[in-house]
Amino acid sequence: MLQPTRFFLAAALAWSAAIVRADLKAGDPFPSLAAAGLSGPLPATERRVVLVDFWASWCGPCKASFPAYSKLQSDYANRGLVVVAVSVDENAAAYERFVKNLHPQFVTVHDKAQQLVRQVKVPTMPTCYVIGRDGKVRFVHQGFHGEDSARELRQEIDTLLAESAPPS
Amino acid sequence: MKANPFRPFLAALLGALGLAVLGGCANAKLVRVQPWERATLADYTMNPARDPLATVNAEHVYFSRESASGGRGVGGSGCGCN
Repeated sequence: MLQPTRFFLAAALAWSAAIVRADLKAGDPFPSLAAAGLSGPLPATERRVVLVDFWASWCGPCKASFPAYSKLQSDYANRGLVVVAVSVDENAAAYERFVKNLHPQFVTVHDKAQQLVRQVKVPTMPTCYVIGRDGKVRFVHQGFHGEDSARELRQEIDTLLAESAPPS
Repeated sequence: MKANPFRPFLAALLGALGLAVLGGCANAKLVRVQPWERATLADYTMNPARDPLATVNAEHVYFSRESASGGRGVGGSGCGCN
């Protein structure tokens, strides 16, 4: 039987663990994009490798990441990669202006009500999730760090594309 | 040496006090600005060094008067990006 001191210590640890943010991590299933109330056309993502990026027009590194994601999408589209960029902008005009100026070569959708981002609880802006063919998060990238991020993403996408799709 | 009979109660009291303190950390009324809610903080008007010429002048004054240089500001604005 636990002594009172140890009991309360264990209880305090459990409590403190509960109040820490529950971020989405590798191995967790990614929430359904279709059920998140996103505005904009969603591509087919079933049994595909998906890169979901959370961005905002007011975030500098997000802007820097767009050309890299465009390159990834064009290089890997034939092999089954889908890039979906989710804007968390509260200002719809800012979202539209940003997309119009940057001409991304991938799908951009708007989470105007910030429903999906609240569900995912991104730790920083931008954050991108690389999701395997089974719909589970395999890699999480916090921030965008130029060539280093692009190189890591390519390695991870190569790995995931080489994996066979789970039986339907 | 005889054991203190009140020791379990003191330990329980200490534990309860600890839980109360941690409970304060979990108070839902605390405002936590989440990373996706920082549009206003990232706005240009939130940057205290909006005038580059004034910033350079101030830096020059500090350097001339105090031989102090650098140590001002951090990367990025209030958006918390990276």
